[in-house]
Amino acid sequence: MANPLNLFGVAQRGMSAQLVRMNAAASNLANAGSVSATEQGAYKPIRAVFSEDLDRASGLATVKVNGVMREQAAAVRQHNPDHPLADENGDVWTAPVDENAEMVEMLEASRQYQNMVEALSTAKQLMLDTLRMK
Amino acid sequence: MAQDLFGIHGKALELRSQRMGLIASNIANAGTPGYKAKDIDFATAIRAADKGMDAEAAGKTAALYRVPVMPSLDGNTVELQNEQLAFSENAVGYSATLDFIRGRVDTVKRALRGE
Repeated sequence: MANPLNLFGVAQRGMSAQLVRMNAAASNLANAGSVSATEQGAYKPIRAVFSEDLDRASGLATVKVNGVMREQAAAVRQHNPDHPLADENGDVWTAPVDENAEMVEMLEASRQYQNMVEALSTAKQLMLDTLRMK
Repeated sequence: MAQDLFGIHGKALELRSQRMGLIASNIANAGTPGYKAKDIDFATAIRAADKGMDAEAAGKTAALYRVPVMPSLDGNTVELQNEQLAFSENAVGYSATLDFIRGRVDTVKRALRGE
């Protein structure tokens, strides 16, 4: 990072990280129940992976999104011979998305986003008070 | 001059601001696996600053890892409710310090005007 990190940088990157996480959960929810003809073709849930990003000059730590990775969950086999995508055994492969887990993931991400907004607005107010000395 | 006028409050304000950044870092990293929450021990820091240490250095020496009440499985030691409490406590301290400084400024202004 070129500029020294300040509180606004920390909050901004923390909030974008939570948004990436929420997008991943939304993608998983959108693909829940999607069906594929092969086990390899089935949708695999995606998950954002975070790591700490420490700025030694200021001692502040923000969040780095290492990437969005696919989970290793196995596709669910369903016997459904009438399905147009069914293979010779009459099976189709469904995306292994746990909808409850994804809802919890979204709730957690949005709560942490709200926390950052709250901290940001408090910090902003205090800085304005200092500038105006009121 | 400014140092005499504001006494310890100038350094206190700087320390409060530093601590606010640190706690915001903890809140931002609430979901990062393995992140260890840090906080400034304000009493130690302000004592060091009072003995003539630079406020930034005082804050860095008094920055300690937080001991979690209940450690989580992924090694993250952020407990959001504690961080929110520390953040608001620190914000109130910041406002109070700001009030002290404002009081001094008003006093000097009145003296200059000869009231």
